[in-house]
Amino acid sequence: MIRKLGSWALTTLRKMGDMLIFLANAIYFAFIPPFKFRLLLKQIRFFGNKSMVVILLTGSFAGMVLALQLYYTLRKFGSDALLGPAIALSLIRELGPVLAALMVTGRAGSALTAEIGIMRISEQIDALSSMALNPFRYLIVPNLVAAVIVFPLLTAIFDVIGIFGGYVVAVDLLGMSGGTYFSQMEVFVDMKDIRMGLYKSLSFGLIVAWVCCYKGFNTGYGAEGVSKSTTEAVVTSSVLILIWDYFMGSILL
Amino acid sequence: MIEIIDLVKTFDGNRVLNGVNLTIADNVLMAIIGKSGGGKSVLLKHLIGLLKPDSGKILVDGTDITTLGSRDMDKVREHLGVLFQGGALFDSINVYDNVAFPLREKTKLSESEINDRVIQALNDVGLKGMNMKFPAEVSGGMRKRVALARTLITEPKIVFFDEPTTGLDPIILSSIHRLIMTTHKKYRFTGVIISHEIPEIFDVADRIAMLHEGVIVETGTSDEIKNSLNPVVVQFINGGLEGPIAAV
Repeated sequence: MIRKLGSWALTTLRKMGDMLIFLANAIYFAFIPPFKFRLLLKQIRFFGNKSMVVILLTGSFAGMVLALQLYYTLRKFGSDALLGPAIALSLIRELGPVLAALMVTGRAGSALTAEIGIMRISEQIDALSSMALNPFRYLIVPNLVAAVIVFPLLTAIFDVIGIFGGYVVAVDLLGMSGGTYFSQMEVFVDMKDIRMGLYKSLSFGLIVAWVCCYKGFNTGYGAEGVSKSTTEAVVTSSVLILIWDYFMGSILL
Repeated sequence: MIEIIDLVKTFDGNRVLNGVNLTIADNVLMAIIGKSGGGKSVLLKHLIGLLKPDSGKILVDGTDITTLGSRDMDKVREHLGVLFQGGALFDSINVYDNVAFPLREKTKLSESEINDRVIQALNDVGLKGMNMKFPAEVSGGMRKRVALARTLITEPKIVFFDEPTTGLDPIILSSIHRLIMTTHKKYRFTGVIISHEIPEIFDVADRIAMLHEGVIVETGTSDEIKNSLNPVVVQFINGGLEGPIAAV
């Protein structure tokens, strides 16, 4: 029993070490030329394009649900005029970065792991190495940088769409005044809140690209190996997003 | 010249290479034969520096590549070409871009010079007019040809072929073997072919080495191997079920 526990702890520690070395390598090569700008643009498009529809959909419905639930709660305290800022603060500080990151993980992160995993099992990564070309420059760095650029942008879109989703429900469905919804928002939402959301989305971008690239790069054999890596990438990224969100929240609060 | 000296590699307690010794002279086409799962591809991965041995040396023109760091290994790889088992073509770009890839990434040639060389390389492997096709749109044999064109376009001094004809029908198999021979004559590279295509490989390679249970048990010309009295070699080239090689 103790031996099994020790073996599990050692394996986990080794995997964590592997992941950290992988990230350190990726960050190192991100600052060493030659830079692959064309690949970076391609990956920005990959993350942005693949996730846009799902961000628009989930963003609008997240705002609409928030409007319904918060209106019900705030009315109990006679504070329904604060619905706009409550929605905006919830989205900008917390829900926007987290939900957008989870959506992008499911949509683009899984595809990224599968793509790199297939490149691994079909020896395309070995082919790059055998040509004296560094696979990190071609596969990992562009994804890492693209995710760090795209995640805040997608989060911003998620927040804006969510606020408008909330507006539709608050004004058209619940009969609130449009002026109240937005004017109170301006009073309560600070630059600090926007910065918090930005820092969170930046770090989530790094986490998702790191985990998904690592899992794809170190995929097992055959279709089963790719499928396992893809599942692990999505689960690990999602769990890390929520854990990191708590720590970021505690630090930045 | 490539010299492999006492190369040992173990995976999870299983000794796959058990002291491999082999010398491959310049400009020779050397085939390494042996049963499936016998460590041939593992040996190849050591030769191109993708795996590090537990012990032993691999000297490429006198340099021990097993001790090189990634930057120095890349300098050695500048002179190597590898044809992987499945071709390992980049499936997100077309045939033309696949062949042009090493030139675009590793040389400062102009796009028109690259174009001339890619067209020439594709003609050499009999793939005129296939430029715009994607790897998924061409047959297995064509993929191998494209991969060969990509491998040879940088004119490497040493080319490794990892089971270049596995999974191909006999006609395509012969055409790939003929292509290896004609390109070898044209480019004069040192070739190492991992194969278990018996007897076809005897007509292709200048020399043959047989790998069995992690060691080279016999080396020689095709005729010497065909006339070998070593029971392992005799059983392998005749495909016998009885003998020192366990039939699984």
